[in-house]
Amino acid sequence: MAQYLISVWHDEDYEVDFSSADAQRQMAQVGQFNTDLEAAGSWVFAGGLQPASSATVVKADGDEVSMIDGPYAESKEQMGGFWIIEAADLDVALEWARRGAAACEGPVEVRPLQGG
Amino acid sequence: MPDDSDELDSVFRREHGRCVATLIRVFGDIDRAEDAVAEAFTIAADRWPHDGLPPNPGAWITTVARNRAIDRLRQESTRTDRYIDAHRTDGPTMTNEEADQFTLLDDLAEVLADDQLRLIFLCCHPALSADARVALSLRLLGGLEAGEIAAAFLVTEATMAKRLVRAKQKLRHNHAPYRIPSPAELPDRLHVVLAVISVIYTEGHRTTSGSELVRRDLTGEAIRLARLLHALMPDEPEAMGLLALLLLTQSRADARVDGDGDLVRLADQDRSRWDRKLVDEGHRLVRTCLMLNRPGPFQLQAAIAAVHADAADSAATDWPQILALYDQLAAIRPSPIVEINRAVVVAEVNDARTALAALDEVEPTAQIDSFQPYHAVRADLLARSDRPGEAVLAYERAIALTTNDSELRFLRRRSETCEAEHLLKDPLTRQR
Repeated sequence: MAQYLISVWHDEDYEVDFSSADAQRQMAQVGQFNTDLEAAGSWVFAGGLQPASSATVVKADGDEVSMIDGPYAESKEQMGGFWIIEAADLDVALEWARRGAAACEGPVEVRPLQGG
Repeated sequence: MPDDSDELDSVFRREHGRCVATLIRVFGDIDRAEDAVAEAFTIAADRWPHDGLPPNPGAWITTVARNRAIDRLRQESTRTDRYIDAHRTDGPTMTNEEADQFTLLDDLAEVLADDQLRLIFLCCHPALSADARVALSLRLLGGLEAGEIAAAFLVTEATMAKRLVRAKQKLRHNHAPYRIPSPAELPDRLHVVLAVISVIYTEGHRTTSGSELVRRDLTGEAIRLARLLHALMPDEPEAMGLLALLLLTQSRADARVDGDGDLVRLADQDRSRWDRKLVDEGHRLVRTCLMLNRPGPFQLQAAIAAVHADAADSAATDWPQILALYDQLAAIRPSPIVEINRAVVVAEVNDARTALAALDEVEPTAQIDSFQPYHAVRADLLARSDRPGEAVLAYERAIALTTNDSELRFLRRRSETCEAEHLLKDPLTRQR
């Protein structure tokens, strides 16, 4: 068994209105996807993230610590949430990713964890 | 053995993919399999000239390679477990019982065929980039060196070596399974494999000065892979269609370039120089495909090539039949390229003006505007519609997008002819 990070990506200015019909539908789909992951014994951890504008970058250089407002990567796309899943191999992980992308109606990235 | 190096070369080409395919399953590691097979071929090059070719060279190579790899593992025994854990390719490994029978390779024909399919699908995994799939297929299935692949694709050897390392690393880090796709996945996965073989052929088919030899190698390798795939999956009509298409295209190889190395258009080719043996084999495959009645893009393209091959000359071609096949192709897999080729056929069935109207229906995206064949075809149709001025402009656009020397000379000649006509026709209002 290996572990994979499946991350969800949005535009940097993505904001979600949880009362909207779209968000309601997506949340229901993601809830079902989580249930399926757990039922298959593949669920390790998952979480949705607050907007990238809420991030802080911390740098430690010896005793010097500096903090900078904002996400680390200056990118138009930012991570909006993620799953850690356990899967027998890449093809199984890619199939979960396909279902995850369908559930949250957006692109996801699959990346293997070390030591799997 | 009179022709030692030739003999060894042909065994190498034939057996490399097969030996690597099996050893990847045995050791669960691509690099270890590659190294062991390379070592075994070095030993063969040393011994076979004296001892003669063994009765089953593939089995000899695989057995020697396997033993060498096991020796290496023993030498590294202190770090073996860690090494194997870190380099594992997931999938079935060989049991002890299988290993005992390993020298009786002929008895394991089915297992070995499955190994080859596993390797084909691994090299063409959809998680790899298109470039990486092509490179890895040529390296592992065809046994080409990074330098040879680099020469064919006009990149440096270092770039190609890096591409190969990254591709193998990605498969390893991701625990890519060593398996044949399930029936549900097969259509999509097979399409990727067919596309890779097709790209290898097309790259070899594009004659370019300098690396001509390597490129000719690519067409041969693509046909070998298409034959292998068809042999391994005899019930797949698209695999048959691809093989037929490559054979029929290859049958014209000698006629499509003239004495100066310039391209000769299909209409102007000396058809007596078409390779009848390849044409016949291609025809047989197309007929078998048609009987299976599961049409797909490669079968349709092969059928189009077969109709061309039927005609004694361009005028005798059954153009309406070809147009009907293009209509089917456009319905199954619509693409601007199909529309452009279809327009060429419309010019034959109807006339150049009608074809130009059909071509103008292709949506003029930025991608189309930078697509060389679009402008080359448009220029030709304009010239034939008696609009030489506009034709010259279209030729200029096509020439700007052409990198192939031979094609460049062809387009320049055509453009000059149009320019002369245009000047004759309308010397004062010549617009540039």
